Amino acid sequence: MSLDIDGLGIAFGGIKAVDGVSFTAKPGEVTSIIGPNGAGKTTLFNLVSGVYRASSGRVRIDGQDVTGLAAHDLARRGMARTFQNLQVFPQMSALDNVMTGCHMQEKSNLLSDLLGLPGARCETERSRASAMAALERAGLADLAHRPASEMSYGQLKRLEIARALVTGCTILLLDEPAAGCNAVETREVDDLIHAIADEGKTVVLIEHDMRMVMRISSHIVVLDQGRKIAEGGPEEIRTNPHVIAAYLGAHGAAEAEAAAHA
Amino acid sequence: MAGQETTTSAAPVDTGRDAYLQNKVTRRRAIGPGLGTFLVFAVLVGLGALIFPSSYFYRVGTLVWINTLAVTGIVVLLGYVGLVSLGHAGFFTIGAYTTAILPNYGVPSPLAMLSGVLLAGLLALVVGRPILKLSGYYLAIATLGLGMLIWMVLSKEAWLTGGPDGMTVSGMNARNLFKMVGLNLKSAEAWYWVAGFTAAIGAAIAVNLAGSPSGRSLRAIHDSDVAARSLGIDVARAKSRAFVISALYAAVAGGLLALANGYITPETGGFMHSVEMVTMAVLGGPPRCSARWSAP
Repeated sequence: MSLDIDGLGIAFGGIKAVDGVSFTAKPGEVTSIIGPNGAGKTTLFNLVSGVYRASSGRVRIDGQDVTGLAAHDLARRGMARTFQNLQVFPQMSALDNVMTGCHMQEKSNLLSDLLGLPGARCETERSRASAMAALERAGLADLAHRPASEMSYGQLKRLEIARALVTGCTILLLDEPAAGCNAVETREVDDLIHAIADEGKTVVLIEHDMRMVMRISSHIVVLDQGRKIAEGGPEEIRTNPHVIAAYLGAHGAAEAEAAAHA
Repeated sequence: MAGQETTTSAAPVDTGRDAYLQNKVTRRRAIGPGLGTFLVFAVLVGLGALIFPSSYFYRVGTLVWINTLAVTGIVVLLGYVGLVSLGHAGFFTIGAYTTAILPNYGVPSPLAMLSGVLLAGLLALVVGRPILKLSGYYLAIATLGLGMLIWMVLSKEAWLTGGPDGMTVSGMNARNLFKMVGLNLKSAEAWYWVAGFTAAIGAAIAVNLAGSPSGRSLRAIHDSDVAARSLGIDVARAKSRAFVISALYAAVAGGLLALANGYITPETGGFMHSVEMVTMAVLGGPPRCSARWSAP
C-alpha cells in the first residue's frame, strides 16, 4: 500500500521540528529519509506512526486518511516500525519478543487465555511458528531463547525488524536499522530490506550509512531543520548541491559515489 | 564450508547456554503451565495439613493462602504490566463487606461473595479507564485515593457496615461443604482447604495468563509502551483488563477472609493493608511471579 505524506508538520513550543514535509512512498520500493542529526527524521516517523499528533498536514494509506489515528489503529491498518532508540522487551526472550508481534493475528479471547484452554495454547503455538520463521529470516534463529537483555545492539536492531515483519505489515518504517552493525551485518540487513521491498511492501528507511542508502533506495527524501530540501533518485541526490552543502559534505558525496560504482 | 563460517561468525553463539535455554523451554511446555502450578500448590497445601498440630495453625495457614490469592492479583498488575496500585485493599474490602452484608438481606453467602467480586470488578472497570491514563507515582496516588474513599465509606456508614467496630459475618461454614461428601472436618481445617484450593486455582490462572497471547501483551507493555502500541496492542484496554483481573483476585480473597474469620473491620480496607499487599509482592522478588508466592 502506498503511503502519502502531505504537508506534515509539528511544532514543539516555537520550534518547528517538522515543517510541511510531503512525499509518497510506493509499494515494492525503499524510500529513504536522510539528513543531518536533528533534521526531524525520527520526529517524522513518530508523526506518521501515531506516536505524536501532527499539528498540520495529512497522512494517507492508499488514499485513505489516517491522520491522528492511535498507534495501535495504524498497526491494524498495516503499519509497523522499528525504533532508533531500541524499544525491545528486554525481560522477554528473543522469541517472545517476536511472538508479541503476532498480537493482531491471535484470535484467542481473555477467558480462554486465563483458563489455558486448548484454543489459547494453539494460538501460542501458531505464533511461535511464525515468530521462529521471522527470526530465521533475520538471522537470529540460534538466539531464539536468549533473553533480549543479553543480546548485542546489532542483534536487537534485527530483532526489531523481525518483530515488525511478523505483524503482517504492508508498510514498514525502519529507523536506522544498520546502526551498531558491523560491515557484514550491515550487508545482511541490507539484503533483508531488499527482500522485504521485493515482496511488495512499502519500506521507509532512515539511515546514516550512505553506502546502504544509495545501494537500496529507489527514492530519497532529504530533510534539514524540519524541511524537505530535496527529493529524487539516488543519482539526483548524490549530485544535488543543496544536499552536499547541508548533509553529505565532500566526504559523504565521495562515499556515495563509491557506493554507486561498487 | 568457508561461506558458512562467515555467516555464523557475524553472530557468535554460546551454544551450550542456548541449548540449555531451549531445553528449559521444552520441558516447561510438556506439561500445561497452569496445571503444573496447580499441582505444586496442591502439594504445598497438603503438606501444611500434614504438619499442622492445632486449629491455630490452620487459621494462620488460611490467612497465608488468602494473602497469596490477593498478592497474585498484585503480581498480575505490578509484575506483568508494571502498574503500582496502593488501593487494592479497597477491592479486597468490597469483596469482604459485600459477603458480610448481603446475607443479612437474605442472599445466600456464596451468591453474596460472587456479587462482591463482580462489584469490585465493575468498580475497577469504571474507575480504571480514567486513572490508568496516569502512570508511576501519579497512578499510585490515584489508587491510594480510591482505596481511602472506600475505607472512609465503610467506616462512616455504620448503619450498614457497623462502622469502625466492624461486623460479624453470618452464614456459610465450609464444614458443611465437606460434610456433603462425608468428610467431618473442624471449621478451621475446612476453611484452610477452601482457601488453599482457591489460591491454587488463582495461581494456575495467573501462570496461564503469563504464557498466553494476552499475557504477552501485558508483559510487552511493562517493557515498552510505545513498542506495544506499534504492534497493534490497545494499551489502554490491556491495562484496564489487568486492573480488573487484579481487583477480582483481591475481592475473592476479601470474601474468603470474611467467611473464614466470621468477622471483619474496616481495617481490611485500610491503607496499610494495601501497602502490605504490594510489599508482599515486591518481597517475593522480581521479575517472575513464582518466587513471589513465598512471601505471604
